[in-house]
Amino acid sequence: MINASLTELRAALDAKRISSVELATLFLDRIAAHNPTLNAFITVDRDGALAAARAADARIAGGNAGPLTGIPLAHKDVFCTEGVLTTCGSKMLSNFVSPYDAHVVSLLKAAGAVNLGKTNMDEFAMGSSNENSHYGPVKNPWDTARIPGGSSGGSAAAVAARLAPIATGTDTGGSVRQPAGHTGITGIKPTYGVVSRYGMIAYASSLDQGGAFGASAADCAQLLTAMAGFDERDSTSLERPAEDYAREIAAPANDKPLAGLRIGLPREFFAEGMAEDVRAAVEAALDQYRKLGATTVEVSLPNARLAIPAYYVIAPAEASSNLSRFDGVRYGHRAAEYRDLAEMYAKSRAEGFGAEVKRRILVGTYVLSHGYYDAYYLQAQKLRRLIAQDFQAAFRECDVIAGPTSPTTAWAIGEKADDPVQMYLSDIYTIAVNLAGLPGLSHPCGFGGGNLPVGLQLIGDYFGEARLLGTAHQYQQATDWHLRRPA
Amino acid sequence: MSRSDWEVVIGLEVHAQLNTASKIFSGASTAFGAAPNVQACAVDIALPGVLPVLNRGAVERAIRFGLAIGANVASKSVFARKNYFYPDLPKGYQISQFELPVVQGGEITIRVGEGDKAYEKTVQLTRAHLEEDAGKSLHEDFHGMSGIDLNRAGTPLLEIVSEPDMRSSAEAVAYARALHALVRWIDICDGNMQEGSFRCDANVSVRRPGGPLGTRREIKNLNSFRFLQQAIDFEVQWQIDTIEDGGRIQQATVLFDPDTGETRMMRSKEDAHDYRYFPDPDLLPLVISPEWKARVASEMPELPGAMKARFMEQWGLSAYDATTLTASKEVATFYQATVDAAGVALAKPCANWVMGDLAARVNKAEMDISASPVTPAQLAGLVARIADGTISNNIGKKVFEALWNREGESADAIIEAQGLRQTNDAGAIEAMIDEVLAANQKSVEEFRAGKDKAFNALVGQVMKASKGKANPAQVNELLKRKLEG
Repeated sequence: MINASLTELRAALDAKRISSVELATLFLDRIAAHNPTLNAFITVDRDGALAAARAADARIAGGNAGPLTGIPLAHKDVFCTEGVLTTCGSKMLSNFVSPYDAHVVSLLKAAGAVNLGKTNMDEFAMGSSNENSHYGPVKNPWDTARIPGGSSGGSAAAVAARLAPIATGTDTGGSVRQPAGHTGITGIKPTYGVVSRYGMIAYASSLDQGGAFGASAADCAQLLTAMAGFDERDSTSLERPAEDYAREIAAPANDKPLAGLRIGLPREFFAEGMAEDVRAAVEAALDQYRKLGATTVEVSLPNARLAIPAYYVIAPAEASSNLSRFDGVRYGHRAAEYRDLAEMYAKSRAEGFGAEVKRRILVGTYVLSHGYYDAYYLQAQKLRRLIAQDFQAAFRECDVIAGPTSPTTAWAIGEKADDPVQMYLSDIYTIAVNLAGLPGLSHPCGFGGGNLPVGLQLIGDYFGEARLLGTAHQYQQATDWHLRRPA
Repeated sequence: MSRSDWEVVIGLEVHAQLNTASKIFSGASTAFGAAPNVQACAVDIALPGVLPVLNRGAVERAIRFGLAIGANVASKSVFARKNYFYPDLPKGYQISQFELPVVQGGEITIRVGEGDKAYEKTVQLTRAHLEEDAGKSLHEDFHGMSGIDLNRAGTPLLEIVSEPDMRSSAEAVAYARALHALVRWIDICDGNMQEGSFRCDANVSVRRPGGPLGTRREIKNLNSFRFLQQAIDFEVQWQIDTIEDGGRIQQATVLFDPDTGETRMMRSKEDAHDYRYFPDPDLLPLVISPEWKARVASEMPELPGAMKARFMEQWGLSAYDATTLTASKEVATFYQATVDAAGVALAKPCANWVMGDLAARVNKAEMDISASPVTPAQLAGLVARIADGTISNNIGKKVFEALWNREGESADAIIEAQGLRQTNDAGAIEAMIDEVLAANQKSVEEFRAGKDKAFNALVGQVMKASKGKANPAQVNELLKRKLEG
């Protein structure tokens, strides 16, 4: 059961081979056993989970079960959960019990999914290693001396270690795809606007997008289908008909199920900067795709190299404003002692925020300041448009784009902690996708040195989620990387 | 040097609270006067994760305003964040519009002064933009702490910015009054200044006539026309005195103290915030389609300018009368209804009654004309009876009082019940004249000695004898004939 796919779990629940309460207990016990080592969860909601599981069992008994009814999952602690601590990985919200559910949370609740708890993350989703959490770093289940990636590192580690079958995440510059790659699981970030941001604590509003983690593309497709959909409470949510993202998840029709698929390989992604073990795994995966009938074509994303500088202007700018509400006035951390209002603000925020959050608030404040706005913010927005245009040009020559998810496998905890720029560069392949608002997926494609997972990133055109998932699914039908589990 | 050597330059920024039922970015109520914080929802208190959703009713009111002042209603405008920290600003930023406002340009014609010295002037508007209000900080009654009431947070505002076109406090007040009347006329703002629904900031500077603009100081939060006038007058004199004493004006924001009648500095330019405006990524650009604009246009009421022109051109009213009668929508509506009932031929006497006795009575009672116990139909009935000679103008005043006191259903009913019908019977009037002349020989002699006043005294006596019912024109004519005959 621990390693079962959602389809298998659904069948077991429907056949009453296991109850939802038993299933939840199974995973809760695994969390109890392994979380002290992995630190993947900030909050485990045992009582809430068992209550939800009992309700799910009643629903299953009544014949009203949906695809996710009774299925355990975990939510990244960026999603507000009613009555449950919602910290966003920060001391600032160490006392914040949300009075409401995020749209994603309420959708999954309504679907009958069982929330086991809230997963660890980089503070306010700022980071690539999960070392920026007030609640301590998350360990990579493949090597606990290493980072799991970030910022959704807790969700990725939880799914990789089978502390939960599936989990939600968010991706602003790679925060679903990069940890999925580093932990050997599958993760998808859909087109910007597909998943409502209501109740998802904002880091960089124009880039933040909810996403799904699972062992396989098929599991991700089911979770994404339940998470997505128009929400009138989010003005950037896209008003489109509901989609079944699993519609292209199918058994291979023949030995060339991907015949006709054109995979674009951006020249710039395969130039210098990629570690050799990553390159070898990615090349092998591309060979596999060709065996499945796909053709590969070189494409160019000439402005992709500008993605990191553009991102590190736009994201901090938005963050500096988004995080202004954490002022100690209405909720969250407030300094114990202060002489006046200015000191209350200064001390509450100085105490409540960690170093990386402060760094980005300072950068964001600077680039929006009078006299610098045009030189930084407007310039970055221009780059953003150029990057989006590059992708559109590439998609005239291919159907999906493929490349490495990250330039290296997971690094050691502490290795890049003192070098923010090195840390930022680790997101070089994922960030451009957020700037363009495109869907992106990472699936495991082998192992590098030290038996560490390597992820392959697939990038689709707008609303190409089902195709990305279907493509990855065919790969996973022919390979077993996604079935490997850490010891 | 005297004040006449200086030219005053004034521009106004007015915050008009839009009369939507719910807030500009949330579904919470905007009703005034609720207990603190009961009308602040998750979005208003800026819980983590909440997002704004634009209230289209607020946009519609902005469109109405833009159409009313002949402005460009932008097909695309952008909401921006204005960042600053204050406890009653829950998000740490205010959602406003900065580079691309929804209303661009436009103008308002004002009438300044009274009588022969009155003149018209057209004030250009720079822009009007949508934004949300902040909450309120309450610094009393909390034992050294401050209370925060977020009921007002997120209330929709239209900030209306004029060009620096006004040259006196009188012009500034006339503009503010015209704007106040207009926003109520087109029903986008209740105009309640005590409750803060219409607040003025005045940018004031002085310069040598024809010279470059002087440095301005901004007087914040003036919530009555009287304070607006007082504050500008004080500020202008202070600036002139300062310059003439060899000082320089520093750009600053000042507050007006109604108790002392003085302005005092709140913050200098050095203390000014850098608001770090940038487009709000939570909101899409505001797109107003030609169809939307056309629909709003088709639902617009007749505007005061058009109504004024119609009153002058079609009904023959003077500019003064037409301006007075279109100064507020309530007066204009009352007047229009009165003429509708009385007929266009009586437009002028209707105007006189609305601006005269009715206005006086309504003002004395401190009520709105729409609450007048005398209805337009009743007033029209009264005007018609005067016009057709059934009663005199003086008896008309008596009938009006009776209508005001609800002594009868109509002018006719009161005239009938109180026997006020005018006497046009020449024989009866002559008999009364004869009696009066016999009893007032002294006045008759004075008249014959050339004292015209004596004639009026005699007319008065005849009218008194008739209890006011004699036709005054007939009395005049018959009396003259008798005395000269």
